[in-house]
Amino acid sequence: MTKTTLTATALSFGVLALGTVAQPAFAQVLTAGFASEPSSVDPLYHNLGPNNATRKHMFEALVGEDASLGIVPKLAESWETSDDGLTWTFNLREGVKFHDGGDFTARDFLYTACRIPNVPNSPSSMSGFIKSAETITAPDDMTIEVTTAVPYPLLLTDFASFGVVSASANGHNGPVEYSKDGCPGIDSYLDSNAYNDGTATIGTGPYKFVSFTPGESVVVARNDDYWGDAPYWEQITIRPITNAGARVAALLAGDVDVIEKPPVQDLERLRNDPKVNVVQGPSSRVIYLHFDHVGEPSPGIEGADGKNPMKDLRVRKAISLAINRPLIVDRIMGGLAVPARQLVPDFMRGTDPDIALEEPDLEEAKRLLADAGYPDGFKLVIGTPNDRYINDSKIAQAVAQMLTRAGIQTEVDAMTASVFFSRRNNYEFSLYLAGWGASGAGMASPLRALVASQDKDKGLGGTNRGRYSNPDLDAIIEEALSTVEPAKHDALLRQASRIVVDDVAILPLHFEVTPWALRAGLTMDPRADQHTVLTTVRPE
Amino acid sequence: MLAYLIRRLGQAFLVMAVMATIVFFGLFAVGNPVDLLINPEADLAEQEETIRRLGLDKPVHVQFGFFLAGLAQGDLGTSFVHNRPALELILSRLPATLELAFLGILIAVVLGIPLGMIAGLKPEAPYSKVIMAGSVVGFSTPNFWQGLMLIMLFAVFLGWLPAGGRGDTVDVLGIPVSFLTWDGLSHLILPALNVAIYKMSLVIRLTRAGTAEVALQDYVKYARARGLSPFRVVGVHVLKNILIPVVTVLGLETGNVIAFAVVTETVFSWPGIGKLLIDSIGLLDRPVVVAYLMLTVFLFVMINLVVDIGYSLLDPRVRVKGGRS
Repeated sequence: MTKTTLTATALSFGVLALGTVAQPAFAQVLTAGFASEPSSVDPLYHNLGPNNATRKHMFEALVGEDASLGIVPKLAESWETSDDGLTWTFNLREGVKFHDGGDFTARDFLYTACRIPNVPNSPSSMSGFIKSAETITAPDDMTIEVTTAVPYPLLLTDFASFGVVSASANGHNGPVEYSKDGCPGIDSYLDSNAYNDGTATIGTGPYKFVSFTPGESVVVARNDDYWGDAPYWEQITIRPITNAGARVAALLAGDVDVIEKPPVQDLERLRNDPKVNVVQGPSSRVIYLHFDHVGEPSPGIEGADGKNPMKDLRVRKAISLAINRPLIVDRIMGGLAVPARQLVPDFMRGTDPDIALEEPDLEEAKRLLADAGYPDGFKLVIGTPNDRYINDSKIAQAVAQMLTRAGIQTEVDAMTASVFFSRRNNYEFSLYLAGWGASGAGMASPLRALVASQDKDKGLGGTNRGRYSNPDLDAIIEEALSTVEPAKHDALLRQASRIVVDDVAILPLHFEVTPWALRAGLTMDPRADQHTVLTTVRPE
Repeated sequence: MLAYLIRRLGQAFLVMAVMATIVFFGLFAVGNPVDLLINPEADLAEQEETIRRLGLDKPVHVQFGFFLAGLAQGDLGTSFVHNRPALELILSRLPATLELAFLGILIAVVLGIPLGMIAGLKPEAPYSKVIMAGSVVGFSTPNFWQGLMLIMLFAVFLGWLPAGGRGDTVDVLGIPVSFLTWDGLSHLILPALNVAIYKMSLVIRLTRAGTAEVALQDYVKYARARGLSPFRVVGVHVLKNILIPVVTVLGLETGNVIAFAVVTETVFSWPGIGKLLIDSIGLLDRPVVVAYLMLTVFLFVMINLVVDIGYSLLDPRVRVKGGRS
């Protein structure tokens, strides 16, 4: 009897001991469920959200972006611009080591710049981020000098957008010389598969590459020689769980510790679940409506005698007045959005605090429509994706009902993203709903892409699929894009933002608020670019 | 027999060619993958450059010509998204799906046939009614709902099994498999059950109908009268004669699971080819979709072939035509 008790006690102590030993080790491993998976772990292969988020664990950029997209020192400790705004000098951080033990020097940055336009078969290149640089040189190992043809204020944001790879790990030893037309002495570059299998996946970041199994996981392990604050987790596993319900189930079952994009309709329940902690933060993504400013007649419009009513400012104004943005935020988005009138949220560069939100006014909308010659309205079709943004097609439905009340009989044409973006780029919609996640450049990001006139040579209007064109606005945007001094640059952006709002060039609806769900006891810093960066996940 | 095989393979290649052509032009008509793959920040010049780099600026018949030229050399194209040969990409995902499909079918057969026979031999017994009611539920509820319920029950409430993913794998002859480790197996059980439930219901109903019919036939009565043991009567004489419809249906269903386990693979984040297909369609990754469907056609033809040969083994009266005769 005594013997049995003793054994039992010993056993239970053993189990307890095992438990206490196992517990901390277990706690240091983090598993995350991503809504979409990176197409590669090559940081320069594909300029895409999940790729860039994954990259941030292993590869660092010359300068970093904090959670609200402000520029912070990273691999460069400090930098200055020349008085004419044409030369940027970056002083690199001392003592930064790559995961293979090699020192990080200016050579690696030059090699990275060389490789960017030459990644084989890249479906979306990073080359836009170095395009403005005329020359990139290294006066010494710890200094980088960049010159631009014209003053360019967004260089820091561009340089914050790509991770620096190791020249040696890419098989290049010896000095590197950067030239816009191809770097002398480098004939070929590794393709993304050399990164996917780990050969060249050598960065300077807080985590080292362990494995990448497409469809299954990306595993990274703590870099004990990291130059910055020691990373908390020993190992991080990122699993793609594309189905939203399955992602929530995986969190509730304890398979994963954190998930991105929990479905909006489940959030209330998750918030009330004591096993779950929901974290959310404002994002830089604006959901907007864009008008067809050119087509005549415009597709999908009927009852307007072959004219395109969207070209009339009064009609655009009426549409803006007819839409009740707070109601959409409240009822459709469940509070997970902030009503918008400008293209980027208040916390970013270039917004004008004096521009108030639009007060919905149905009577005024009807009056403006009658003024414009449409007392009985007309028929309109809104094009929208139904699987790209949070509640995208539901938002379009709500807008359609609001416009119908104002007299514009509106139908919704919702489709999957692959079909939507192809049709949109063929100008098949007279009004379409889409989203824009602004980079750290703030207002300059949507201005140059969404409302500047399409101009291939100047690199403007890349996503201006409403073909809006306003020479006065273009002049201000171009001036802003060549003004380096921050105060002047921001003042020009504010001026441009006012023109966009006054002319209703485009119709911002709201900014998305991004939620993440974690197991209780954990928290993280929400990022405005909606990237899930797990280095900030920590116990509360 | 050889002539028969050659003819069947010829049919397979014809269907594959037609399928590849339709899918190629169909996906071209849906849209341009670059519209989806490229970062919206890219300006117009970069967009054009990317379209050019991926060879999508050429007219569709020229692109199709390139595709045929590649095909002649055994090259099905390179994935736009993953930058890997499409066939290699599919084959790397195939083991996960095969494992899932075979375990699912195995569960369906091992449980389905005995349950169906019990229900067929004793149709009035209460347990037979339970089996039949269960089978109705099994094939009339949607697959994805069953999957989510399995997750809710076994992963969330009971916490016995993981909610998804593949778990640890062991390489056997260079092919990663899950069923040899407990962790891998525990990840495999729920998705395999999800695949199995519908098939099992089907097998139960087919077996029951067959058993009820066969059990009344003269040769069964005669076998009983001869004093053969009930196990031998049921296990050999009845079983062998009810298997033909079961094998036919299972053959088709196996093809279905392998090619289109999309729902199960999505709900359980199982990294198989079904999930690859749905992701590739979403991104208009044409080389992968075309290669996938060609492979699928090939697979179906092969399975049908195996089923036909299986008939002749089960029932000597069915002879494969086109042989030595």
